[in-house]
Amino acid sequence: MSAPGLRIAGWPTAGRLTGPGWNEWEGLASYRAVGGYGPGRDGAALIDAVRSAGLLGRGGAGFPAWRKWSSVAARPAPRCVVANGEEGEPASVKDRYLLRHRPHLVLDGLMRATAAVGATRSIVYLSDTAAERSVRRALLELGDRGEHVGIVRVDPGYVAGEETAVVRVIDGGLPLPLAKPPRPFESGVAGRPTLIANVETLACVPAIAMGGSAADSFLCTISGACSAPGLFELPYGVTLGEAVEELAGGLLDQPTGILAGGFFGGIHPPSLLAVPLSHHELRAAGAGLGCGAFVVLGERDRPVDAAAEVMSYFASQNARQCGPCVKGTAAMRDVLLALSVGRGTPGDVERLDRWSRTLPGRGACATLDGAAGLVRSLLDGFGSELERLLAPQGADRDASVFDQEHPARRFFADLDDGGIIDACTA
Amino acid sequence: MRVQLDATMCDGYGRCAEFAPDVFVLDDWGYGSPVAAGEVPPGSEDAARLAAAECPVKAILIHEARDAARTRG
Repeated sequence: MSAPGLRIAGWPTAGRLTGPGWNEWEGLASYRAVGGYGPGRDGAALIDAVRSAGLLGRGGAGFPAWRKWSSVAARPAPRCVVANGEEGEPASVKDRYLLRHRPHLVLDGLMRATAAVGATRSIVYLSDTAAERSVRRALLELGDRGEHVGIVRVDPGYVAGEETAVVRVIDGGLPLPLAKPPRPFESGVAGRPTLIANVETLACVPAIAMGGSAADSFLCTISGACSAPGLFELPYGVTLGEAVEELAGGLLDQPTGILAGGFFGGIHPPSLLAVPLSHHELRAAGAGLGCGAFVVLGERDRPVDAAAEVMSYFASQNARQCGPCVKGTAAMRDVLLALSVGRGTPGDVERLDRWSRTLPGRGACATLDGAAGLVRSLLDGFGSELERLLAPQGADRDASVFDQEHPARRFFADLDDGGIIDACTA
Repeated sequence: MRVQLDATMCDGYGRCAEFAPDVFVLDDWGYGSPVAAGEVPPGSEDAARLAAAECPVKAILIHEARDAARTRG
């Protein structure tokens, strides 16, 4: 079995989260040797340290971690903490990397979070089988200390990692989101106040507890038209262009666009390469950092084709629960495919514009917001290209160029192209 | 008063926009959507309650006032 063709590297001034390669597994002895499970701040002092470190959730929304922690800690016991490792964004690999190769870093963070909010139950929630084997072996190494930690595995799915879907699965239900409120911090697993934290967020906690360091770097998956796609640890504020040049081997050819934040942050002109990577700066640019995954579109990737493919993905992978999402993603897919093959009309562009403004907020989870945002970003960044594609000027292409069976598959970050590596048993 | 529509339950019967046109509109596919982020305009409270009561799938929640208990119509 060969390692995935993805590079792992840290920016020169960063390097707390990355470490082991695809063939390596950080066991208990190695993790202890770098200070793991060492004494540090706990209880309210840890929540304060998480606050002053400026730790933002790494699942996508970038919500301040300490706020979630305090909300759960302030509610009556019994409480629960879930490490969310169900990486639904197909362009991201970071959560699976951490669970497969640095399980103790995640468990150390989970145990500290559990103690800090006064919870009595901890669960690692994941879908990746190699990650499950890694976490099980790590818990065995911990013996009694790991006894209160449970593992719940779900079938992979775009919405399976959404926080209300997480609660539903752990309670024995379907991996589908629920309408909010209540949110899990109010009523989560078995009705308990529940902290649901992304595994990368938890992986930042041991260093904060033991050293009081700032949470100033994050994991970023960069793929597409660059020479060395991979998983990189970057300081906030570096631009995507700098990261591509320094760590991802440089651009392969003239970029035509960027898919931001996984599939969730929209599609943007190459000028996004010059924007500093932070939630704030990317939001100001109409994009989003999301879970830190970016796909660079190359010379041959037309943005409208990419948007049509990603919309096909949303149309096939949504939870099929909310009418506006089921109908809206299908309608936007049909219009984008028509534009893409040169059969679009000016009315189609008007419809896209209206849907992009009226559909956000209409679903129980954020899938429809992402789909509408994708259209909004396409209209804002590539409006003149769309005009050129309208019938009859546009080339009348055969729609069969699109793989409707596995939409947007070429934008997935493939972790297992060499077969799943069981680094923990290698 | 505020209304909330559970999109996972709405089946697009359209009764809400019929009974409370100032509170709900229908989209291109006939699914209801609260206007003004669900804030009920003064004078339309009874219509909103009626819309919630008449919704065949009980997808509408009425928040009578801040901190009041939520009721599913």
